[in-house]
Amino acid sequence: MNSILTIFKKELARFFGDRRMVLSTILLPGLLIYVLYTFMGTAMTDMYGVEEDYQAKISVVNMPASVQGLLQGAGIGYEDITPEQEVQVQEEISNQQADLLMVFPEDFDQAVAAYDSSSGGTAPNVQVYYNSAGTNSQATYTMMVQLLDQYEAQMSNKFDLNSGDTVYDLATEQDTVGSIFSSLLPMLLMIFLFSGCMSVAPESISGEKERGTIATLLVTPMKRSHLAMGKIGALAIIALLSGLSSTLGTILSLPKLMGAASDSLDATVYSVTDYLMLGVVILSTVLVLVAMISLISAFAKTIKEAQTLVMPLMVVAMFVGITAMFGGGAQTDLYYYLIPLYNSVQCMVAIFSFEISTTNILVAVVSNLVYTGLGVFLLAKMFNSERIVFSK
Amino acid sequence: MKEILQAQGLCKTFKLSAKQQKLEKTKSRTKVAVDHLSFTAYEGEIFGLLGPNGAGKTTTLRMLATLIRPDEGDAILDGASVVREPDKVRGKIGFLTSELKLEEFFTPNYLYDFFSDLHQVPKEQREARKKALFDRFGIDQFAEVKVANLSTGMKQKVSLVISLVHDPKVVIFDEPTNGLDVLTAKVVTDFLLELKSQGKTVIVSTHIFSLIEKICDRVGVIIDGKMIVCDTLQAVCAGKSLEDRFFDIYAETVGELQ
Repeated sequence: MNSILTIFKKELARFFGDRRMVLSTILLPGLLIYVLYTFMGTAMTDMYGVEEDYQAKISVVNMPASVQGLLQGAGIGYEDITPEQEVQVQEEISNQQADLLMVFPEDFDQAVAAYDSSSGGTAPNVQVYYNSAGTNSQATYTMMVQLLDQYEAQMSNKFDLNSGDTVYDLATEQDTVGSIFSSLLPMLLMIFLFSGCMSVAPESISGEKERGTIATLLVTPMKRSHLAMGKIGALAIIALLSGLSSTLGTILSLPKLMGAASDSLDATVYSVTDYLMLGVVILSTVLVLVAMISLISAFAKTIKEAQTLVMPLMVVAMFVGITAMFGGGAQTDLYYYLIPLYNSVQCMVAIFSFEISTTNILVAVVSNLVYTGLGVFLLAKMFNSERIVFSK
Repeated sequence: MKEILQAQGLCKTFKLSAKQQKLEKTKSRTKVAVDHLSFTAYEGEIFGLLGPNGAGKTTTLRMLATLIRPDEGDAILDGASVVREPDKVRGKIGFLTSELKLEEFFTPNYLYDFFSDLHQVPKEQREARKKALFDRFGIDQFAEVKVANLSTGMKQKVSLVISLVHDPKVVIFDEPTNGLDVLTAKVVTDFLLELKSQGKTVIVSTHIFSLIEKICDRVGVIIDGKMIVCDTLQAVCAGKSLEDRFFDIYAETVGELQ
C-alpha cells in the first residue's frame, strides 16, 4: 500500500512541480476553448446580425397605397423610382450599394382585389430583387417577405394558427435543456477527458521508459502492480482536472456561442444528485481511459510512438461520443452498460435527459472499475516483462 | 568465509534482428550472451568480473539484479533465488549501472526520500543515512538542485547514493568508473573499499585491469559468455600482471589477437 502512495505522490509532485506542464495541461485547454468559442459566437452574431439603427435602401416601382401604408406603419423608408431606373438599381444591389428593389404590377391593389384564387388564373406577382451575399440586403429581404406574407394572410384570412398569447410549445425548460445537453455534452466530455488522459499518460509511462528511469524503479522491491496502480491513480486525477478545465471553458462560453438561444439553457435544472452521478461516471471513465492509454504507452518505445498508437483509440472514443446525438435517449438494456466507453456515454445521456436508472449507472461504474483493474493487472505484467521494459 | 552469492549455470540468449545479424556477421537468429555461467562470491569481499566488450558482463549483472530473467540456471543471493523470489533479492541488493537513470526533474534530496520510501526505510534511519552519505560525497552542496542541472560526475554520485538508500548487503556495480574523471573515479573506488570494510559484498564488472588489481579480492574472467577462470587475484595472475595474464588467457581461449 505504501508504495502505491509513494508513486502516486511522486507523479503528482512531478506534474504540479512543473509550472509549464500545469499551464499547458490544465489552464490552457479551458482558456483556449473559452476564447475560441466566445470569439466564434461573437463573430457569428456580427456576421449574421444587422445593426439596429440601419436604414435599408429600398427602391419601389409602382408603390400601391396598401403597401405604402404597411411600410409607413412599420417605419420603413423607401424611394419611388420609375421603371426605367430598374436596371440601374439592380446593378446597385448586385454591387451591394442598395439593398432591395420591389416591382409591383400597375394597379396592384385592384388586381389583388379582383383576383379569385379558385379561378386558376395567374395571381398578381411582386418582384423583389435582393442580394443574398449582402448581410443587410438579405435581412431587408427577409423582413419584407414576412411583411408581405402577413399582408396576404390578412386579406384572405380563413383561419388562424396559434394566435393570442397562449404558450403552445409544451416543452418545459427541463426538456429543452435536457435535449440539447444530452446530445452535445457526452461527446464533448469524451473528447475533453480523452485529450486530458492523452496529455499525461504517454509522458509518464513511455517517457519514463524512453529516459531509462523506469528501470531504476524496477530494481526496488516494490510490487509492479503497485507501480501500475500509483501511476494510473495519479494520472487519472491530472486528466480529470484537464477535462474539467475544458468543460468549464465550454460551459462559460456557451451563452456567447449560442447567442440568444442560450437564454433557455440553464444548467441549474439538474439537481445535486444528477451532478454527483455525473461525477462518479466521469471518474470511472477517466480511470478506464487512463488504463487503456497507459497500456498502449507501456507498449510503445517512445512518447511519440505512444501518441501515434493512441490515435485509433481516440477516433473510437470520439465516434462513441457522437452516438449520443442519435438514438433518442439512453439505452435501457443492461448489457449496453457493460461496454467500456459506450456505457459512459449512455450514462451521461441518461443523466442529462433526466432518465437516470441507478442500476444501469451502477453497472457501468462497476464494470469500468473492473476494466481498470484488468488494466492494472496487464500493466503490471508488462512492467515485469524485460522485452517490454527494455525494448529499444 | 560465508558464501553470499552463488550463480548456478546462468544462461541468457537474445534474439537478433536482421540488422544485428548483419552487424555480427552471423546467420544465427539468436546470440548467446551468457553461457552456463557459474561463480561464487563470499561475504565481505570485492568480486570483479573482467571481460572485453560484449562478453556478457552486463547481462550477468542484470540477471543478478532481477532486471532480466535467466533462460536457464539460477542465482542464490543471501538465500533468495533471483528466479523465484525476485522481490526479496531486490531488497537485498544495491544495483548501479549507467542504464538506470534518475528522473532529471527532481532534486537529489527528493529522490533520496522517494527511493527510501520505496525500500520502506524508517524515517529516522533515512535521515541519518542521508546525512552521512550526502556528507561523504559532498551532495549536501547541491541537494536541492535538479538532477538535470548536475554534471556527469555529480549525477553518478547521486545515482550511487540512491542505490544504497536501504543499506544493502550486496552491492552490484556495472562499470562503476566509466565516464568519470580521475578525481570522481577515485572517490568511487575508495568508497567501494569502504563498503568492503563495512562487511558488504561488492560485485563489479569492468574491463579496466588497474581497477581490478586495486580493489578486487577475487576475479572472474568472462569471454564469450563463459567463465574461463575464477579465483583469487593472486591465483589468476600467477606472478604476472593481470593485463599480461588476461591476454594469455584470451589467446588460450579464442586465439591470438589479430
